Order: sequence, then structure tokens, then C-alpha cells
Amino acid sequence: MTTTSPLAATAETTADPPTRLSRRDATPRRGRRHHLAVAGFLAPFLTVFAAFYLVPIGYAIYQSFLKVERDGTFGPARQVFAGLDQYATVVRSNDFWDSFVNVSQFFVLSIPLQLGFALVFALVLDSPFLRGASFFRLAFFAPYAVPGVIAALMWGFMYSPQLSPFPAVAERLDLLGPTWVMFAMVNVVNWVYTGYNMLILYSALQAVPAEVIEAATMDGAGQLRIAWSIKIPHILPALVLTGIFSIIGTLQLFNEPQVFRGISSAVSSKFSPNMVVYATSNVPDYHLAAAFSVVLALLTCVLSFLFLKLAQRRAFQ
Amino acid sequence: MSTAIEAAVETTPRPPGGGRARRPVRRQSLLEVLLPTGFMVLAALYFLLPLWWLVVASSRERTGSSGTGLWFDGPFRLFRNISDVLAHNDGIFVRWLANSFAYATFGALVGTLFASMAGYALAKYVFPGREAVFNIILAGVLVPATALALPLFLLASLVDATDSMWAVLLPSTVSPFGVYLCRIYAAAAVPDELLEAARLDGASEFRAFFTVSIRLMAPALVTVFLFQFVVVWNNFLLPLVMLQDNRLYPVTLGLATWNSQVTRVADIQLYVIVGALLSILPLVIAFLALQRFWRTGLSEGAVK
Repeated sequence: MTTTSPLAATAETTADPPTRLSRRDATPRRGRRHHLAVAGFLAPFLTVFAAFYLVPIGYAIYQSFLKVERDGTFGPARQVFAGLDQYATVVRSNDFWDSFVNVSQFFVLSIPLQLGFALVFALVLDSPFLRGASFFRLAFFAPYAVPGVIAALMWGFMYSPQLSPFPAVAERLDLLGPTWVMFAMVNVVNWVYTGYNMLILYSALQAVPAEVIEAATMDGAGQLRIAWSIKIPHILPALVLTGIFSIIGTLQLFNEPQVFRGISSAVSSKFSPNMVVYATSNVPDYHLAAAFSVVLALLTCVLSFLFLKLAQRRAFQ
Repeated sequence: MSTAIEAAVETTPRPPGGGRARRPVRRQSLLEVLLPTGFMVLAALYFLLPLWWLVVASSRERTGSSGTGLWFDGPFRLFRNISDVLAHNDGIFVRWLANSFAYATFGALVGTLFASMAGYALAKYVFPGREAVFNIILAGVLVPATALALPLFLLASLVDATDSMWAVLLPSTVSPFGVYLCRIYAAAAVPDELLEAARLDGASEFRAFFTVSIRLMAPALVTVFLFQFVVVWNNFLLPLVMLQDNRLYPVTLGLATWNSQVTRVADIQLYVIVGALLSILPLVIAFLALQRFWRTGLSEGAVK
């Protein structure tokens, strides 16, 4: 999973029409004489963005319309235009769609638990009854400092009966076997990201006006009632945001299953869509790999967008 | 110390008479305090025990050979193990750590500079195509890692640039999130009057930015730097695709490689455990030291 904070913008600008930004920029500089300055400010970022984002994407799309052809079995390879051939292969690829089934299961097992706990932790942190809130905030966030690969290695050791701190559990349940390995990976991802999501939600809670909470307290509302009726509705946009991060992160799952593949025979080299792309490029079949990644990018866009629309209809109307 | 309460108190308007905020003060019963605190203690065990286990396991003589509990048993060999890891294979591990630092620091520094300039221009100037440029930058987030890493590898092999530090350094400087955050922050934190004053004093637009605006944007810059640092530090796929020479590996890729040799090299499993501990310590410490900046930045990104 990756850090995908920029989505904040998508969530925000769509949830809250552009008026906000433009009102804040009420009196920006106008006039021709600043065009040079604007170009100067934008040029460095746009150069690297074009070189390392736009050009590779364009190149991937271009590659996906080609295929390798040989004269005879041992003839020299030539790249020829293939139209939609690669995409037809993508549509027929069981590996690719199976990997979507895998990450969908992963999503269902992981995200409700992860976001649910993140929300509960954030609310408890924000409640007046907790002692030592800053310690808990740090403790829960600390795993985010552990790179996904290293977290997977570490938990992988703890799952093995020889190294586990709870050998009785690890011996009884084959945590790296086919039944449990999905839960084992879900646990790694949740361990890393729950605190991160908690912090986003907790930050959002800080923006709930104290007056509103005070008024509710005066009216005799308990902490649970305040959380349910005031705090949660107030931070819905932040919850939607964490939901979109989770969709993108799960679809892009790579590091954790890639490590687990090495320690568990129950994880295939084509577990997640990104692993299918990687395995295909190792064949090597770059053209098909390119088509896979284009389809994956499009599906990611569509799913995030659908989720956003759905959430908006539920949350903001 | 409960920051949550502090924050709430701070934002409550103080009564005319001065003194404490007008928060209804009620005695809290023991149960009301114990229940949430006990729950959080259990959760903290879940988050912290694996890190503790890593310390204990790193101190064992040989993995698995002397107990598996959560407490030190047998001789305490942590420092001996650390020096073994640092010396293994001509000190390759130190190189990996240094590489990770180089990749993450360079990517975060340059990325933050570029993003701050772009975000500032998008916030403080009106020009044709401004929103279009902004939206294209934001769309960059939805692109899956492999969709970038693979074509980057192919393009880099066209110009014979794979298997070099630059192949990892340069793509790490792009932070679309940084542009977004800097735009929001600059719009709110840099007053137009101040820029006007700088211009009247004869400062060029660039001088105004580098002497005045960038200071006002400092909290956002720290956040962008930290985010980008973590993203690059965690990066696995790009170096995996780009690098063959293991002396160029970042520590994530290096440890994953060691782990794949477990069946062949004796003691390597212990080295992976100790290496994991060594590689996360700097980041955990940096997090603890800089955590208040994280909160500022996250609320900028998610709430505004």
C-alpha cells in the first residue's frame, strides 16, 4: 500500500465545490508581467512530473498496442502494431481477474476492521475521559514508520512456529497455510495503517467546534451520543477520504504479498493485480504487462470515483 | 497530558471574566476513566509488542535456538549481533542504510522545493489553464505503482540509465500531494498585501517567494518533506525493477534479498531480524521527534 494523500483534494473539491478555493484566492495577481514568473515556478515540477509520470504512462499506453512478432521460431523479434490484441488477452486472463477477487476479499477482511478501529481510537483519543492520550497517539502511529516490506518480514517471523512469541498459537494454527494466510497478511496491513488512518480522523475531530460539543453537554448528551450525533457526522469527509485511500491502497497491494510469497506456499506469484503485472513483465512480456497496468489504472480511477459519488450521495445530501 | 482536551479548551471562546474556559466541569467516575484507558492499553500492546519482540529476537544467540518468548533469555547478544550484521558481506548493510537515506533525503528535499514552487504559483497567480494543470497533477495519484515503474524501467533501458542511483533518485522527486498541500497552504498563509509590499520594495517575484513566502509556508513544507521521505523510504517496487547491483539497493530491497537466502546462508535469518530493527529505528525516532508537524499537515490535507 502507498501513501495516497493527494486524494484529499479530489474528496474535498468535489465534496465542496471549487468556490472555497477561489474565494480564498480572492485577489490573486493578474496581468501579463507575471506570466514569466508563473512559468518559472511551475517549470521544475512540471518537468519531473512529465518525465516520470506523464511520459511513462503515455509509453505504457503505446506499448499496450504493440506485440512482438517473429519470423519462424528463432527469427529476429519485431514490434508490430497489434490493435486491441493485448486488451483481448487481458479480458480473457484468469490470473488477472482472480487477482481482483483476491484483493476484493482482502479489502472486505481488512478495511472495515481497519477504519472501524481507527474511528474508535480517534474518538476515544478525543474523549475527555482518556488519560495519556498523547502516548497512545504516538504508540498507535509508530507502526506507520515501518516500511511495508519490513513489517511483512517481521510478522512473517512471528507467524512461524520456530520464532513466534506465542508458539502454542503458531503451532496449532498454520498461519502461513492456505486457510489463514489471507488473515495473516490482512493483519500486517492493518497493523501498519490503522494508526495512520486514526491520525487523519483525529485531526478532523480537532476541527469540530468546541461550542457545539459544549452545548450538547449542557443539554445532557453523553459522550457516546456526542460521538454518534455530532462528531462522526462532522468528520464524514475525512472518513470518505480514508475509504478512498484504502481502495487505492488495496488495489495496488504489492509489497506485503510479494514478501509472503517467499515464506508461504499458499500465496501465488499472481496474488494481486500489481503482482500479475510484475510477473508478466518478468516473462518478459512487456506489451501485455503494459495493457494490464493500463486496465488496472482505469479500474482504480473508476472504483475510487464511484465510491466518492456513492459516499457523497449518502453523506452530503 | 491530553492534547485533545487542550485543543478543545483552546478553541473555546474565553468568558469575559477571563480565567478558565467555560467547560462544564464534572467529576469523572473511576469507571469512566478506566474503561477507555484500559481499552487503549490493550490496543497499545497490539501495536507495540511486535516492535518489542524485534528487540528481544535481535538479542538472541541464534534464532529459535534459545526460546521464543517475549523476554530476554540466554545471553544478551544484541550489540554483538548488530556488529555482526554491520560487518556481514563487507558492510553491505551500512551501504543499504546510507542508500535509503540518500534516496529519501534527495527525493524529499527536491520534491518539497519543486512542489512548494508549483503549489505557490497555483495559489497566488491567475493564469489560463490553472485548474486544468492542477487537476492533471491530482490525477497522478490514481496511477498504480507498476503502471509507472515498468514503463520507467523500459524508458530508462532505452537511454541505458537503469542500474544507477539516478534511476531511483529522479523519479522520487515527484510529489503531486505536495503540490496540493502547498497550494492550499499558500492560499491561506501568504497574504497578498505582503507580496504587494515586497513588490513595491522592488523585489522580483522569485525574490519575494524565496525571502518572504517560503517562510510563511514552512509548516506545510515540513509535512510535505516528511510524507515524501516516508514514501521514498518505503519504496520497494521501483528499486526492485531498476537495480541489479546490490550495492545500490535501499534497505527494504536489501533485507528482502537476505530473507530469500534463508535456506542457503546460515544465520541470515537473525541478520534479517537485526537488520529490520536497525532500519526502522531511525524512522521511529524521527517520527517521535517531528510528530506535532504531522498533525498540522494531516489536518490541512483532510479537513480544509
